[in-house]
Amino acid sequence: MSNNIVSRLKRKKIEEVLEAGTRMDGRDLNDFREIEVRTNFLEKSEGSAEVRMGKTHIVVGVKAGLGTPFDDTPDEGVLMCNAEYTPVAHQTWEPGPPPHGAIELARVVDRGLRSAEILNMEDLGLVSGEKVYIVFVDLYVLNWDGNLIDACGLGALAALKGAEIPVFKVSKKNEVSETDKTQKLELRCEPIPITIYKIGKHFILDATADEEEVADGRLTVTLDENNNVTTLQKAGPVGFTVDEIKKCINIASEKAAEIRSQAVASE
Amino acid sequence: MSKSKTKAKTKTKRKSRKKKFERVDGRKADELRPVKIETGVIPNADGSAYIEMGRNKIIAGVYGPREMHPKRLSKPHRGVLRVRYHMAPFSVDPRRSPAPSRRDTEIGMVMTDALEPALFLERYPRSVIDVYVEIIQADGGTRCASVNAAAVALVDAGIPMKDLVASCAAGKMEDHIVLDLGDYEDKKGQADVPVAYMPKLEEVTLLQMDGILTTDETVEAVELAIEGCKQVYEVQREALKKKYGMDEEDTAEDAEESEESGEEPAESEEEDK
Amino acid sequence: MSAKFETRDIVVPGDLLFEGRARAGDNTYRNEGNIYATRVGLANYNKDRVSVIALEAGFIPLVGDLVIGMVTDIELGQWKVDIGAENEAILTTNDAIGKPFRSYQDMTKILDVGDTIVAKIVDLDRRRTPILSIMGRDLGKARDGFLIDITPSKIPRLIGKKGSMINMILKETRCQVTIGQNGKILISGRNRENEELVVKTIKKIEAEAHTSGLTNRIQEYLKDIKEQRK
Repeated sequence: MSNNIVSRLKRKKIEEVLEAGTRMDGRDLNDFREIEVRTNFLEKSEGSAEVRMGKTHIVVGVKAGLGTPFDDTPDEGVLMCNAEYTPVAHQTWEPGPPPHGAIELARVVDRGLRSAEILNMEDLGLVSGEKVYIVFVDLYVLNWDGNLIDACGLGALAALKGAEIPVFKVSKKNEVSETDKTQKLELRCEPIPITIYKIGKHFILDATADEEEVADGRLTVTLDENNNVTTLQKAGPVGFTVDEIKKCINIASEKAAEIRSQAVASE
Repeated sequence: MSKSKTKAKTKTKRKSRKKKFERVDGRKADELRPVKIETGVIPNADGSAYIEMGRNKIIAGVYGPREMHPKRLSKPHRGVLRVRYHMAPFSVDPRRSPAPSRRDTEIGMVMTDALEPALFLERYPRSVIDVYVEIIQADGGTRCASVNAAAVALVDAGIPMKDLVASCAAGKMEDHIVLDLGDYEDKKGQADVPVAYMPKLEEVTLLQMDGILTTDETVEAVELAIEGCKQVYEVQREALKKKYGMDEEDTAEDAEESEESGEEPAESEEEDK
Repeated sequence: MSAKFETRDIVVPGDLLFEGRARAGDNTYRNEGNIYATRVGLANYNKDRVSVIALEAGFIPLVGDLVIGMVTDIELGQWKVDIGAENEAILTTNDAIGKPFRSYQDMTKILDVGDTIVAKIVDLDRRRTPILSIMGRDLGKARDGFLIDITPSKIPRLIGKKGSMINMILKETRCQVTIGQNGKILISGRNRENEELVVKTIKKIEAEAHTSGLTNRIQEYLKDIKEQRK
């Protein structure tokens, strides 16, 4: 699943170890690495979260401001996700326009939040057709060691949960002005993505960079707290049978609550 | 030009009549903001450092020396240092576009020139050393804080250096020459003079200025900034040592061991005269 | 003429190590008659030689080094091999099978992209590209095991005095361990438990490479873990 050349030795060993029911780092197939979450550590953002999942390290910043609504939804605010693969995060990542992976990452996290209707977009409208809140969720990868969608999905949720956005006042003449007050973002649900990686006939969670490199494919299942599926994303040049899809959805729905509970600052 | 100089002079004269000068954050005129540096923060990078300078939060990572891609940018007789300065969209208010700006490009360039004098680039023909700086949060003086982190990251990457490079700005605020301008002072102040300095070689490697200063004030600001660099340098040293939690008595027998095994990397640097 | 630090003091680039005449050793440079450090490391004054034992250093290929790398490309009569040096290394068919290249030869049958090899550096060309050979005992394609990376400057500590450290690990874990001077280590054992123990032990050595009494401490560490298992 990688464009880089994959070591045959690595692939052989990882499969051997999976065959024996464990992982290179000793984890069970459905175990996540240790997760550490820090929230609201950036004074200049409306919300922020830092997630470490093993050696994967990401930062999420939430910025809220004024903007114009889309033509087809004049009364609704805007929620936008953007992801960046910073060149500092891996030796093969280069500066320049976002690679496909970064765009996919942003869109999968974005869909997870939006299709779950995490924010009441109408609440974020100010002046119909003219002024609305725009909430940006920027996903920033600082060290890549696999499983970015889950790390960023968790980070986005944690950052939104802690976010406080400025309160804007709308006058009778529909003039919008800033006040010195802030308000918590009201979240209607807590969607969380769980990505299942397929290596041969094995399915694992929270793949490391090595595992991700040798993986044949992956399936991301985003679930809200009622275990409704809100996003699916299959990737990799390999097919999944219906039974395999069922299996993946089961694994994800069993794991989502545990990961969701980490969307607050770790002790 | 002459007009603005007179203006600057009259402004300074007023200084004597003014009431007691206070900085927004209560610092003394020659006081740095709190500085914290940590090394080895990005496991994938060959070397890395994180700095907090005031509310600046910046991470720097180094990759290399490695083969240059695209090849045409490499030089046959020496290595190339590339510094990329980049701000996270959420690092400033309001949010900025993630696309690199002209400002980013220029800062990357002056940072390259600030760090290069400390390196032995002639040892790496055809290769490149990449320094990537990511501004997680900006609070005035990001280029100086970035140089500080980048220099430590280069050492952490095991790249031989003639000296460290420490950086700090001085400027003019309410007619006073002050050290290490914060965000507010940066925007409201009369002048900003970022300086980078090699403390052992006693050379200035980055110098920019904007605003209005008399010639005397300009020199005063540079000298004050250098004093700031020297303070930052001590923090850099401590950060580099801290990684090894050096315990003096722990090390005596060790010398023998690696000495006798004679297997330490035998890169001879005799020839550098 | 005087030393400015004690042996074993930690120094950073630019630190003045010695004023006056002395030989400038590893990780130092001479400027206007004085000797300065170029890397973070431990100062080392030995007779008239001043050097720094580097705590951080990348891999600098030297002729004779045993290295481990991965084949990244196949060209006419030669393979490109990533050994983590500045430049990719070259392995020619001559140094792989002892015969010159013939155009009907399918080179992938010998080595394919993605294969891992244990090789020796036999030459550095004038652009300092390492030239490899896999002809020789214990050299060639790696068929089993896995790789881990450590900072190349810490390899001497992992080997230890006359191989004392690594031999101890081999004895205690019965794993096969091949150490590349480029910081890549090939590990292959009979069971997972021992392989994991080797990884943990090597990581511990890497983290504590600059401290003394390490061999004894590692011995204790291995003993403790073995006791726990019983």
